[in-house]
Amino acid sequence: MSGPARAEAAPEPSRILANGDAALVVEFGDRIDLTLNERVLALADRLAAAPISGIVETVPTFRSLMISFDPSRIGFDALARRVSGLLVDATAAPRAGRLWRLPVCYDPEVAPDLANAARRAGIAPEAFVSRHSGMIHHVYMLGFLPGQPYLGDLPAELALPRRETPRTRVAAGSVGVASRMTCVFPKETPCGLNIIGRTPVALWDHRRREAALLAPGDRVVFEPVGLEDFARLAELSARGEFVLAPVAAGPAP
Amino acid sequence: MIPALRILAPGLMTTVQDLGRVGYQRLGIPVSGALDALSLRAANLLVGNPPDAGGLEIIASGPTFAVEAESARIGFVGAAVDLVLTREGSPARSVITTGQSVLLRRGDRLSAGSLRGSSTLYMAVEGGFDIAPVMGSVSTYLRGGFGGWRGRALKPGDCLPLKRPQAPERGEISVDAALFTPPRRLRVLEGPQSDHFSEDERTAFFRRDYVVGPGWNRMGMRLAGEPVRTSRGYNVTSDGVVRGSIQIPGDGLPIVLLAEHQTTGGYPKIGAVISADLPALGRLGVGSRLAFERVSRDEADVARMAHATLIERLPSRLSPLDAARSLDLPTRLGEANLVSGVIDACAWMG
Repeated sequence: MSGPARAEAAPEPSRILANGDAALVVEFGDRIDLTLNERVLALADRLAAAPISGIVETVPTFRSLMISFDPSRIGFDALARRVSGLLVDATAAPRAGRLWRLPVCYDPEVAPDLANAARRAGIAPEAFVSRHSGMIHHVYMLGFLPGQPYLGDLPAELALPRRETPRTRVAAGSVGVASRMTCVFPKETPCGLNIIGRTPVALWDHRRREAALLAPGDRVVFEPVGLEDFARLAELSARGEFVLAPVAAGPAP
Repeated sequence: MIPALRILAPGLMTTVQDLGRVGYQRLGIPVSGALDALSLRAANLLVGNPPDAGGLEIIASGPTFAVEAESARIGFVGAAVDLVLTREGSPARSVITTGQSVLLRRGDRLSAGSLRGSSTLYMAVEGGFDIAPVMGSVSTYLRGGFGGWRGRALKPGDCLPLKRPQAPERGEISVDAALFTPPRRLRVLEGPQSDHFSEDERTAFFRRDYVVGPGWNRMGMRLAGEPVRTSRGYNVTSDGVVRGSIQIPGDGLPIVLLAEHQTTGGYPKIGAVISADLPALGRLGVGSRLAFERVSRDEADVARMAHATLIERLPSRLSPLDAARSLDLPTRLGEANLVSGVIDACAWMG
């Protein structure tokens, strides 16, 4: 089973940019690329392991790490210097995040766009499902909704544009694809992605100690389940009686 | 009976907010919190609360509520507004003012009208609301549907539980709200995508006047005016944004992010409003005029320190209400329609 491809070129220089007077952005590039994202997550890990006093929080994205800081405790220049120091020997050793097998129902009843997505890719819906569920997806970042993962990369043959008319609402758990990304929506939301399935697992529950199930750097395999299993698991999830555990551990926190 | 404020009419959008839910943006959770944190702090001080206690954020028009507690001391700071108090058994109504503490009794009804001069008004109640924090904050996160009062704006019939069944008897105090006069222009530090705009375009941006358009909510506001042209397109790969980020989308009309902004954004950001001016940003509403002023990092630091000093010295701006001005309701309820001494801190925004 293969994961996203990695660019082989030499790492490009990073930049530290102001983002207001209480945040800076360490920018590794301006594209969605696993190598860039691994550098982002490696820096986030380093800062989590050896916190710099004055940092309030960090926000990893596809290609940059935003660092919010308290300017009364550390200045931009001092923080930029210390972060630069961390970047010097930050070779992006691929980071083995936790591995999850996330059940997803691809039945047309909960996958309104699957047939169309398969048609555009020129393959049968079953083939689309077996490609989508037969690979490891990398969690680039969480965002848009609480605990919502952006996963990639789909093979180029499965890439398709967003829907021309976004839906005003898709159900919680919906699995959407567009370009080479997959998103899983923890809450009901308006959405322009093509919905190809639905997971019964609650990716977000603010009552849990770890409210977000997934973290940036995790790896996900979608495990096809039928409508009956989906309904059963969804009911257990809603009662808080089914919480998915990773099948492989990640780095020590 | 649980001491509470019973909401009879909620106003346009009234939510519980504190200074925000800090530390969870990597999970996609916005910070949220009061749009105008300075006014919330001052409202809390009026009633003896810690500055970061949760209060009500009132947008555009205010709520009407009834006191279901022995007594409750409240204070309003922010927009100008007519506050009308109706006391059970008393035929007259009384107009009370913002910027001072007021002791309400069981059965009192307080009604807040339309806001003027600012889009936000804050109400604190002594002791605070008895609401469990979620992830360290009682701020309402509307889109996520959690925090505050049931994760939503108030509705008629809501009973907001109070921590204290009654407020201690003491003299009332006022705060010098003239302090909150914001600068005429919002100061901006450029970046992180200022290289998407030519020097000429940036200079032009800082000379223009904008108006807040109808697309305004707690997440952000869209401005109307002259579009900003980028030299490198209107899409970037999503990266982190902050409260005050000025994003330039495809139509060139700036979007300024507010308290409940999403954690990342895919438009180039020409700059961000500096932290000292965020409370002022939180007073703007649909139709407000604004302009931006480019500042250096050093100027932003000086402004931030001045703002920190202002916050630190807020308590010195409190003063006891003298007997004449103090709202001794039993005696003053006989007077009809007292002249409201509302402080219009934000007249500059027109």
